[in-house]
Amino acid sequence: MSKQYKQIHCVINGKEREAMVDVRASLTDLLRNDFRLTSVKKGCEVGECGACNVLINGECFNSCIYLAVWADGKEILTLEGLEGPNGEISDIQQAFIDEAAVQCGFCTPGAIMSAVEILNEGRELSDEEIRIRMSGHLCRCTGYENIFRAVKKTMRKRLGLDG
Amino acid sequence: MYDIKALYEAESVADAIRLLQEHPEAQIIAGGSDVLVQVREGKRAGAELVSIYGIDAMRGVTYDEEGAIRIGSLTSFSHIAADPIIREKIPVLGEAVSLVGGPQIRNIGTIGGNTCNGVTSADSASTLFAWDAIVELTGPDGIRKVPIQEFYIKAGKVDLRPAELQTAIIIPKKAYEGYFGNYIKYAMREAMDIATLGCSVNVCLTEDKTGIRDARIAYGVAGPVPMRVPTAEAAAKGQPVCRETVETFAKSVLEDIHPRDSWRAAKAFREHIAVEMAKRALTKSIELAGGEIRE
Repeated sequence: MSKQYKQIHCVINGKEREAMVDVRASLTDLLRNDFRLTSVKKGCEVGECGACNVLINGECFNSCIYLAVWADGKEILTLEGLEGPNGEISDIQQAFIDEAAVQCGFCTPGAIMSAVEILNEGRELSDEEIRIRMSGHLCRCTGYENIFRAVKKTMRKRLGLDG
Repeated sequence: MYDIKALYEAESVADAIRLLQEHPEAQIIAGGSDVLVQVREGKRAGAELVSIYGIDAMRGVTYDEEGAIRIGSLTSFSHIAADPIIREKIPVLGEAVSLVGGPQIRNIGTIGGNTCNGVTSADSASTLFAWDAIVELTGPDGIRKVPIQEFYIKAGKVDLRPAELQTAIIIPKKAYEGYFGNYIKYAMREAMDIATLGCSVNVCLTEDKTGIRDARIAYGVAGPVPMRVPTAEAAAKGQPVCRETVETFAKSVLEDIHPRDSWRAAKAFREHIAVEMAKRALTKSIELAGGEIRE
């Protein structure tokens, strides 16, 4: 098989990036192998578990079933991009810790990126809406209730709903 | 790495047609949530792919000059669900596509891909059947428009000719004006699941809301491809809005549907829920249309 490459330009976690991409690569491959963004997990690799979830132009995508060449011209945000200027973690990450929403941790980066998409909307979602919006993640430690609580708590805090 | 022999990225519809003519063995990839999974499974391993994902002109929902709703084939499920035209005129389509997979799948999955892979369980398909959708296909000889019922040939096979691609799905004005609909998906889980059976119903009531001017019903997974149920439609058309009409309508779906036994569910179970789903979806549609079901 002859190898086929494409030069792409994109913004990853706020930084302009360039890469020479093998057309057979998934975005998961690109982020992990070329940029060492290992928060992007390889779970099912068929778009079912959500462990590889990242934001592309503000929307959630399973990067395992997204061709790396499609990232050309896009803005990508992974969990690493949530880090503050002095290495501090974000409020949603802290909430996952406080609510014990992390057990083995494998689903956590993907789940947090779905939470980021929700929180970026800046509106109050009903409990049912939060559950629907977080439904693309499998947590085999079955920590769903704690994940739900962490998302809801952060949403309410950001909207100033808890006084 | 995916086992892909070659990837050709189209920048426009004309470019896609040219690439498909140059590479007659190539398969089209839109969002890829089916195609890439099938490459991974080995079913499409070693495929040559023409990617149409970058053609932004194929995205979005608009009215055409005749007032028909035109949905670009690459419009994602989440964008359809959030679209103001869909929410106003055919909210049931937004509700139906909000039941596909999970949130990430609804961001990548396209309505064109959902219909072009020809599967009976596609959540958009039964609703598109029930709303008399027209499929717009663009190929080397120009544009042709095909009613969605004729677009499906058999399981996994649709009427896509060589070097042709689906560019839009059109809901004519006379198909949506005055109609109200409901979709019910029966599945084992509330997310990340494939329909055991899907049922989409819509009605147009008389002006005084006491009679059914027109009723349409379509199923997914009640046969090898999505299907309309003409016997039930005829049983409801012109009838008063009452309990008996709803019951007769629901029972008569069994005249036309032919679900099968599969590992997901037995034929007898699918037939059983088909009647109940028809009843509930018609009841809901009548309510949405402002009607009241009399005993």
